[in-house]
Amino acid sequence: MMNKNILLCGVGGQGTVLASRLIALAAMEKGFETKGAETIGMAQRGGSVVSHVRLGENIHSPLIPHKKADLIIGFEPAEAVRCLPYLKKGGCVIVCPKDIQPVTSSLMGGSYKGSEMLEYLKQKVEKLIVVDGDEICRQCGSPKVLNVVLLGAAVASGETGITLEEMEKAVEKRVPEKFKEMNMKALRLGAQAAEK
Amino acid sequence: MADMFLMGNEAIGMGAIRAGVSFVAGYPGTPSTEVLETVAKHNDGKIHVEWSVNEKAAMEAAAAAAYTGARSMVTMKQVGLNVATDPLMSLAYMGVKGGMVVMVADDPGPISSQTEQDSRTFGIYSKLPVFDPSSVQEAYEMIADAFEYSEKYKTPVLFRPTTRVCHGVENVKTLEKIQLPPIEGFVKDTLKWVIFPRTSFMNHKMIEKRNPEIGNDFSSYKFNKITGSGKKGIITGGISYEYVMEILGGRDDVKLFKVSTPFPFPEKAALEFAEGLDEVLAVEELDPVLERQMLQLVGKHHLNVEIKGKLTGNVNQAGENSTETLLPVIAKFLGEEVPEEEKTEETPSMPVRPPVLCAGCPHRASFYAVKKAVEKMGETGVYCGDIGCYTLGNAKPLDMVDTCLCMGAGITMAQGLYHMEPDKKYFAFAGDSTFFASGITGIVNAVYNQADLTVCILDNSTTAMTGHQPHPGTGKTMMGEIVEKIDIKKVLEGIGVKYIQTVDPLDLNASIEAVRNACALGGVKAIIFKSPCIAIVKSSKKCEIDENKCIRCRKCIREIGCPAISAENGVIKIDSSLCTGCTLCTNVCPVNAIGGVR
Repeated sequence: MMNKNILLCGVGGQGTVLASRLIALAAMEKGFETKGAETIGMAQRGGSVVSHVRLGENIHSPLIPHKKADLIIGFEPAEAVRCLPYLKKGGCVIVCPKDIQPVTSSLMGGSYKGSEMLEYLKQKVEKLIVVDGDEICRQCGSPKVLNVVLLGAAVASGETGITLEEMEKAVEKRVPEKFKEMNMKALRLGAQAAEK
Repeated sequence: MADMFLMGNEAIGMGAIRAGVSFVAGYPGTPSTEVLETVAKHNDGKIHVEWSVNEKAAMEAAAAAAYTGARSMVTMKQVGLNVATDPLMSLAYMGVKGGMVVMVADDPGPISSQTEQDSRTFGIYSKLPVFDPSSVQEAYEMIADAFEYSEKYKTPVLFRPTTRVCHGVENVKTLEKIQLPPIEGFVKDTLKWVIFPRTSFMNHKMIEKRNPEIGNDFSSYKFNKITGSGKKGIITGGISYEYVMEILGGRDDVKLFKVSTPFPFPEKAALEFAEGLDEVLAVEELDPVLERQMLQLVGKHHLNVEIKGKLTGNVNQAGENSTETLLPVIAKFLGEEVPEEEKTEETPSMPVRPPVLCAGCPHRASFYAVKKAVEKMGETGVYCGDIGCYTLGNAKPLDMVDTCLCMGAGITMAQGLYHMEPDKKYFAFAGDSTFFASGITGIVNAVYNQADLTVCILDNSTTAMTGHQPHPGTGKTMMGEIVEKIDIKKVLEGIGVKYIQTVDPLDLNASIEAVRNACALGGVKAIIFKSPCIAIVKSSKKCEIDENKCIRCRKCIREIGCPAISAENGVIKIDSSLCTGCTLCTNVCPVNAIGGVR
């Protein structure tokens, strides 16, 4: 087993914590050691959030050191750019291109273009997978499944050490019955999007 | 046993249950909150679990529980320990019968706290043993050891994880539940349980004799360990140990001393560690606790070992450590090539995302009403804030927090300012949970000492910032019982506050009126802005902008700073996924372009 370091980043409320927990659950089922850290507290209110997931052996720090992430799952393009110092050379980035402007931008300026962030990622990242999470969420019928869509893409990228079947089992275990079908669809469409 | 995927705080809670804890009390505060919640969630009904009104109450109740021989735990964040210091300092002299663990979470950074105080230093000050876990698994196991040592030496002990352990996650190997003898019960013994100067003198002598013995005991404690060899050594503990391990990456040519019990210092083990070393680097967060004790050891035993750390400028004195910050520190110490600092490339300018009050948060409306009323009266207002979500009222455009110090200080600080400059209008903001925790005494003080100020109680019927814990005003306990609500208005009446008005902050005109009425009177006045936390009460209402009516004046954005309202290419929009239909913007719009829809 190769150790895997996976960083999930986004804006408070996008569901990064649940996504990181699903990866950890799937990995635990396989008997991997897992460690990680979550953003909790005040930063959750519209702030930048980061979840670290580390799988494998002899892991010490719960936080991924800089330049050690195999995969960054960016729920938002600017947040993915912000976390690039964590990416290892040749590492993979999965990103949802829709920007989320900070509340303060309308008030005090400082707005940015998601497309510029995406361009920057294209220049810097060898393995960049852009997943139109918005569109897939529409197909699934809820903006809340973005995290599962991106998980599908992450699994399909081959950078997590977890198969689609294993992730399906984790989602099945964790997601309430009435949302199960929608989440399964989100997972599969996310995986398909990454394979394109 | 089984593997469970747990957050550090969950592991501590589960570990306490495993250790047979019978009584758990605390006050919420990041990063400590989930410990008590975990015990409550997995309570088999035999454990008394309570959110106390504040940390002092929790400490005293837990101490008494331990007087019966039961195992008790009290949970709080580091600044909470300041509130509970009075009972704990005395308790340190009195001791306990059952094991008592003071679970106090420190927050290097600080990430969500007012201070970077170090509870290990508090351990030295209060002469109480301190346990300092470095990982989630270790925290799970160590909490049981903490109870054991507490019982062995009949003293409360401090258990202090830091944020990265509290909020770290790990698959934890759980262990068999510990079987305990039956609880004896409280046995009357005046000499033992009633504190007198003479008792304290005797016990002080006993403690000074006892602590070195505990230090010796800790020298063979399983989570204190020495590994590697060489002329250079690193002493570390807590989360910093994990960063050091990450950096050393399995190499064993550096001697490493991991200290999980920073006080009383495991001197025997430390001597063994120092043997044959030329230099020692102390790697720790917050205070140089290990470093100072190593210096003391070197002086006491005339050792020719150089001690480096925070005091020598090798390690950062403030903020948290990380693998990145320690990498050059350790390389330099080992005389190895210091990795060159990566040149920061030209990145596109990054958006700043400060935390903000949620869309539809009633606090925004309360602050806005006070601001407007004071403006209309042409007065100078001074706004004393407090600790809670509403500290975020400091952000522009509201800009309604002029002071913020600690829990409950809003009221007393408004009072102090008033006595110095009586010509201004003073407002103190306190949430409902803060009111019960430490606001009441401040109001009594202000009434008694004849201040002129208006207390604004932002009553959202929960402790919102830390994740919606119940409190005396909510009518629910952590045991799940439905109890009589303690009525804030009646409390204020009892104190003698003459003007008390309860308003719905979402009714802007009524709120402004209430503020004006309060300001027209002298003395201590109170306005209870009552509206539930929007994160609990899901609203299906939405506001909408009529684009034909909107004149793009941006007054809604400029005045209230709601995260649901933004301007896209000059067009003002309301994000329907965030909007809760609070209609504050409707009230602000000068051309009635914003309507409420269901």
